[in-house]
Amino acid sequence: MTGPAPAAGTVLTVDGLSVDFRIAGEWTPAVKDISFTVGKGEVVALVGESGSGKSVSSMSVLGLVGGNVRHSGSIRFHDTELLGLDHEALRGIRGKRIAMIFQEPMTALNPVYTIGRQIAEAIRCHEPMSAADARTRAVELLTKVGIPEPERRVDSYPHQLSGGQRQRAMIAMAISGSPEVIIADEPTTALDVTVQAEILDLLRGLQKDLGSAVLIITHDMGVVADLADRVIVMKRGEVVEEAPVERLFAAPRHDYTRTLLAAVPKPPTPGEAEPVPEATSTGGTATATLRVTDLEVEYPGRLGEKGFKAVHGVSLSIRKGEVLALVGESGSGKSTIGRAIVGLARATAGSIQVCGTDVTRLTGRRLRAFRPTYSMVFQDPGASLNPRLSIGDSIAAPLLVNRTADRAGARARVAELLEQVELPASWAERFPHELSGGQRQRIGIARALALEPELLIADEPTSALDVSVQATVLRLFRELQDRLGFSCLFISHDLGVVELLAHEVAVLQHGRLVEHGPAREVLARPRTDYTKRLVAAAPVPDPARQAERRRLWREMAA
Amino acid sequence: MKRFLLTRFAQALLQLFAVGTIVFFLVRLIPGDPARAALGEGATDEQVAQTREAMHLNDPFLQQYFGFWGRLFQGDLGTSLLSSRPVMQDLPTRLGNSLELVLVSLAIALVLGILLGRIAATRADKPADHALVGGSIFGISLPVFVLGTLLLMVFAFLIPVLPPQRFTTPWEDPVTHLQILILPVVTLTAASCAVITRMTRSAMLETLTADYVRTARSKGLSEKRVIKDHALRTALLPVASAATIELTTLIGSTVLVETIFGWPGVSSLLMSAVGQRDYPVIQAVVLAVAAIVILVNLVGDLVIRALDPRAEEA
Repeated sequence: MTGPAPAAGTVLTVDGLSVDFRIAGEWTPAVKDISFTVGKGEVVALVGESGSGKSVSSMSVLGLVGGNVRHSGSIRFHDTELLGLDHEALRGIRGKRIAMIFQEPMTALNPVYTIGRQIAEAIRCHEPMSAADARTRAVELLTKVGIPEPERRVDSYPHQLSGGQRQRAMIAMAISGSPEVIIADEPTTALDVTVQAEILDLLRGLQKDLGSAVLIITHDMGVVADLADRVIVMKRGEVVEEAPVERLFAAPRHDYTRTLLAAVPKPPTPGEAEPVPEATSTGGTATATLRVTDLEVEYPGRLGEKGFKAVHGVSLSIRKGEVLALVGESGSGKSTIGRAIVGLARATAGSIQVCGTDVTRLTGRRLRAFRPTYSMVFQDPGASLNPRLSIGDSIAAPLLVNRTADRAGARARVAELLEQVELPASWAERFPHELSGGQRQRIGIARALALEPELLIADEPTSALDVSVQATVLRLFRELQDRLGFSCLFISHDLGVVELLAHEVAVLQHGRLVEHGPAREVLARPRTDYTKRLVAAAPVPDPARQAERRRLWREMAA
Repeated sequence: MKRFLLTRFAQALLQLFAVGTIVFFLVRLIPGDPARAALGEGATDEQVAQTREAMHLNDPFLQQYFGFWGRLFQGDLGTSLLSSRPVMQDLPTRLGNSLELVLVSLAIALVLGILLGRIAATRADKPADHALVGGSIFGISLPVFVLGTLLLMVFAFLIPVLPPQRFTTPWEDPVTHLQILILPVVTLTAASCAVITRMTRSAMLETLTADYVRTARSKGLSEKRVIKDHALRTALLPVASAATIELTTLIGSTVLVETIFGWPGVSSLLMSAVGQRDYPVIQAVVLAVAAIVILVNLVGDLVIRALDPRAEEA
């Protein structure tokens, strides 16, 4: 083994591990004969796309894969064989010597117990102590993971904490037994980029303090570059490449690794000018497809309670044929603005003009007649397509609802649209569950384009997709936008994606617009602190540059 | 929480008010003279006039309405036209007898249902699960009056282990009381227990695959505690909602069960009152049962609230 080899031996050895699931009466392999090791105090990243078997492999370590499953091979912790270990012995290792951090802290924490109780439970099942002592320990742990007001927060329920705080609580639980190995399964995927930077920093600090080895499972090459010593690349249940982090990024050997790295949209670096797509603005004059003026959206409170104002006086406009990216952290109001434009949320003040018509004043038949002017692509293509409709019917629905085509005409248009999104026209009869995530999102795009809208609202259309899939969907989206010339409001939290697509960028914070300008300007030379932090927090898939960026980010955060 | 309590209580009071008003109009909406309707064709004018007076039908309308509420607050539910006794004299005991059946049945259904549901869920797709699911279908699909009659035939007459006996209060003779309680309670419990078993099973099948259950396992908790403290605890939320609905169903079914087993609850009181058009009694029973249902829903909401910390902000 090259690179930062473990100084004092190996803690975890995976040797010839295979995992099969029984699906419809047949054993289907998920992991095929993989081997790797984790050294003492080492950070190993297991990367790959969904379905690569990376999560299944890591869950197998503690016997947490549920359902009809079959393991073979060997997983050793020091000299203890974990596969087939009896339940009592395995329990002694779980949480105490090998701990886990999960992806989505909202669902990984039990909603009906306080975080203090959940942490205390982890402590007391390995070390008998009084409830009061366990609580004191829990407060100490919460302090250690940087939760503000730990004395008070210890009695909070998960839903009362922010996403970042929930993940910190999860980490506090994981380190409660000072484990030798921490397995972190996509620990920052569900978090905002600025929160992700904080959590990665916390993990790095704790790893150094405790000397624990970390096995981190991720699909984000930026996270890998930020944290890992060594990288294992998985594809379809097999390990295709294993290398020290610098070597992997500098000279990937396997084709798949190269494809994976090439697919990652690179987040911008302050001060560096990077290529931005040419504006396809056809008119050149100030004809705005979308003009939002002093928009306010307030979600009503319950009887006698004050409502929640999600958007405060936001003004922005999109010229014909241009893409405006709306960026910001979750809760910044970016999705609400998109929803207000298409009428899914009610504007409480201000105006929204689409092609010169104020849509907030349209009602009834006139609104229905105007609706085809704009359409929306949603975040989760799995949930936004009706599972009982064939994809042809889903795409045809807007045509039939608006009576712009009869059945035969709709069928012809569906075929045309499917070809535009590079899917065979013959697929119209298929159902969403027969398609992959990327293919489903192409259907979402085809449906949105069915009525040839002037304006497309795309709400995080690729954030649920794998990087390589995201890359092809984004390329397709750019080509379509180029060719069809629609204007687009692109809502995203991923600055790498934004840089690839947008002509203009608007940055939102707490429902207010903090920065707005040409994408090149805003991303390369952010003016406000908030945008600077946002840009700096996104990890880049390059260990050396990421180390430098981390230093900058720390200075900024301090 | 305080805010919730206040609004919820206010809602319950409003519902009670609405029910009272409806009940008030119930009698007055009868075509013709309710007093004559109650007394039947053969009544003399003198009798009718007396009854009108007793039912306060001669007062001005508003005075009737406020008088109705005023008497209600004093615990005066009127006088039975049939027995000439104040309704308040009979109603509480009858209501108590009915509630005893309903509450005992619900308690058994809950304890047994949650236990069986847990067994079924943790042995999903194994023989025990199949047996429980099959049994619960049987329990749900068997109508109360069929099951009740069947039990009565088998255990009271064919194998007379629980022969019919005169109704005895638990204060007079607790053993006899228990004996006569068994058959009606079993009849009432069967369907509810089946519903709660199925509810617990399906809720637990979901929570057993939840992320937080996996987290609980990853901490090193014993499987027993993972199931009890995490999977079952969160599964109780939908079960509590189901139990509230089930209690209302039980109140309905108890009318049939009381008739089958000759249990002196509100049902026989109501039946005879309806048969004889004894309006004050009908009014009182409807009001009391509605009040109980409203109260049950209130308690159910509070229990769900206590079980789910998230409900506080929602």
